[in-house]
Amino acid sequence: MAERILDVKNLKIDFHTYAGDVKAIRDVSFHLDKGETLAIVGESGSGKSVTTKSLMGLLANNAEVTGGSIMFHDQDILKKSEKEMQNIRGKDIAMIFQDPMTSLDPTMRIGQQIAEPLIKHKHVDKKKAWSQALDLLKLVGITDAEERIKNYPHQFSGGQRQRIVIAIALVCYPEILIADEPTTALDVTIQAQILELMKELQEKIETSIIFITHDLGVVAGMADRVAVMYAGQIVEYGTVDEIFFNPQHPYTWGLLNSMPTLSSTKLEAIPGTPPDLLDPPKGDPFVARNPYAMKIDAEQRPPFFKVSETHYAATWLLHPNAPKVTPPDEIIRRRQTFKDIMAHKAI
Amino acid sequence: MSEKQRKILEVKHLKQYFNVGKADEVKAVDDVTFDVYEGETFGLVGESGSGKTTTGRSIIHLYEPTAGNILFEGKDISKLKTKTDFLSFRREMQMIFQDPYASLNPRMKIKDIVAEGIDIHHLAKNDAERSKVVEDLLETVGLNRDHSSRYPHEFSGGQRQRIGIARALAVQPKFIIADEPISALDVSIQAQVVNLLKDLQREHGLTYLFIAHDLSMVKYISDRIGVMHYGKLLEVGTADEVYAHPLHDYTASLISAVPVPDPEYERTRKQIPYDAAGEQDHPGNPRKLREIVPGHFVRCTEEEVALYKKKAAAYN
Repeated sequence: MAERILDVKNLKIDFHTYAGDVKAIRDVSFHLDKGETLAIVGESGSGKSVTTKSLMGLLANNAEVTGGSIMFHDQDILKKSEKEMQNIRGKDIAMIFQDPMTSLDPTMRIGQQIAEPLIKHKHVDKKKAWSQALDLLKLVGITDAEERIKNYPHQFSGGQRQRIVIAIALVCYPEILIADEPTTALDVTIQAQILELMKELQEKIETSIIFITHDLGVVAGMADRVAVMYAGQIVEYGTVDEIFFNPQHPYTWGLLNSMPTLSSTKLEAIPGTPPDLLDPPKGDPFVARNPYAMKIDAEQRPPFFKVSETHYAATWLLHPNAPKVTPPDEIIRRRQTFKDIMAHKAI
Repeated sequence: MSEKQRKILEVKHLKQYFNVGKADEVKAVDDVTFDVYEGETFGLVGESGSGKTTTGRSIIHLYEPTAGNILFEGKDISKLKTKTDFLSFRREMQMIFQDPYASLNPRMKIKDIVAEGIDIHHLAKNDAERSKVVEDLLETVGLNRDHSSRYPHEFSGGQRQRIGIARALAVQPKFIIADEPISALDVSIQAQVVNLLKDLQREHGLTYLFIAHDLSMVKYISDRIGVMHYGKLLEVGTADEVYAHPLHDYTASLISAVPVPDPEYERTRKQIPYDAAGEQDHPGNPRKLREIVPGHFVRCTEEEVALYKKKAAAYN
């Protein structure tokens, strides 16, 4: 049994706006084990970024946590003061943001930016911190690091800047690394390099990663487990194979179906748009866009049904009394692969 | 691609340099040649800085080319001089932009945004006809007729991109340049917009130049594909050929970097590294697009042709 380092339970977050309260996170629970990568996937507005910001204590001023707990080891992050959070942030839990252009300080040498967390959190003296920064800069693959450490952010390309951002995040060997769309702003070839680097570093420093993205391709390559979010809720979670090859929620089907693979000839779009979270639907949030919706989907929120020890999905289709439906062809094809994988594992 | 198909656009040795003669001269597009046939979708892929967007902008004459010719319907667009020339050219060629938030004027109502082309080209006799045309267009792109009196901020990203498409369609163009039309949209919405573009192409016989960095989407929508890198066009072929049998090392490297929503595939994926040093031209032995197999071109020297032919044969 892996060591559990993070346990989020029944998290609820509202945003107070002039138009009313936006219920951005509606009862979200998940956990993170040591050394694993959990991917949270979802569309914009699904709540994936808000969830991770709450882990860092970085919610906007108009946000209010209305329920739940975030247990980091045996302490509740939600009960921490800003001062206490400053000791956790960057040291135990670090974050990589989407845009490498804006997450660095343009007026500060990058060596200083990498060394700063060490000086602040680990009370390392400046000289030692710089030498550790140099080691890390080499580790993330910046060539000519001795010279480059004195440079400013504008002297680096986008991919190099993201490497520097990763160096800053990892300098204190955090237990949890939150990566919020870390490669979305990069070209595919650079993206592949950065993802490879993250995997290597994860092995070296044994950090756990929460990976936020909308790109299912990236998820397939990075994640051990996947949680699918929709309209402020997790609708399905499981191991990466279970989500990609044996998905149960119609939203997961829709997502997989609307992504082109290099061999696909037809794309099935999900009709419509996500619901307005000022007034979220009371049943399954996907009901309005779901071709498999039943009457109960509009009336009652489905509980999580167990598919396997590691795989749960919140859809009424898994209720024993639900009619049997035929998923899209692409999903049937994927399930066949799942059977092959399971058969292979059994041998 | 059948032989009979008519060339609607011919780009010949297009060069688009910026800051010519200065120390920071940029060869954004450097000797690019390709044709687009009527009714097809030509996908232009490349990473940032490859010159794909500049190529698109040169084609719709937002820039004056440094050298080379662009022929639309057989006519050289650099010969367009008068206002009426440009009016009729831009009635036939329209553009859909990347950012659905920045490309709609926030102070204009949807009906006025969509009807701007109709007004400029005097395509509606009176107000009633104008409204009807606009409402029909909104319906065509999957929006509500009564959306016409709303403002852009009332719409989601996907809906705004539909408005941008309606605006482009309003003047009944033959040719549409779509510059990264879906990269700002969510996955579930991307497929909606791409399918809409495909349907409209079938119904109106449109020709598309589809510019994007998302290779799997380009492969899905395009009949033929051109791969750009550092301002040069490296490979041209049918979408299936270029993906299944990439000849240029850069194309192979690019395809190998695309993440695929399949964990089994991802576990075995090997990224092919690429070294651009091999692209350097040697004086007296210039590289240009040469046909390796029918319809499949690679930028290479005379000597390299045999090498690529061997590579192509090895695929079969």
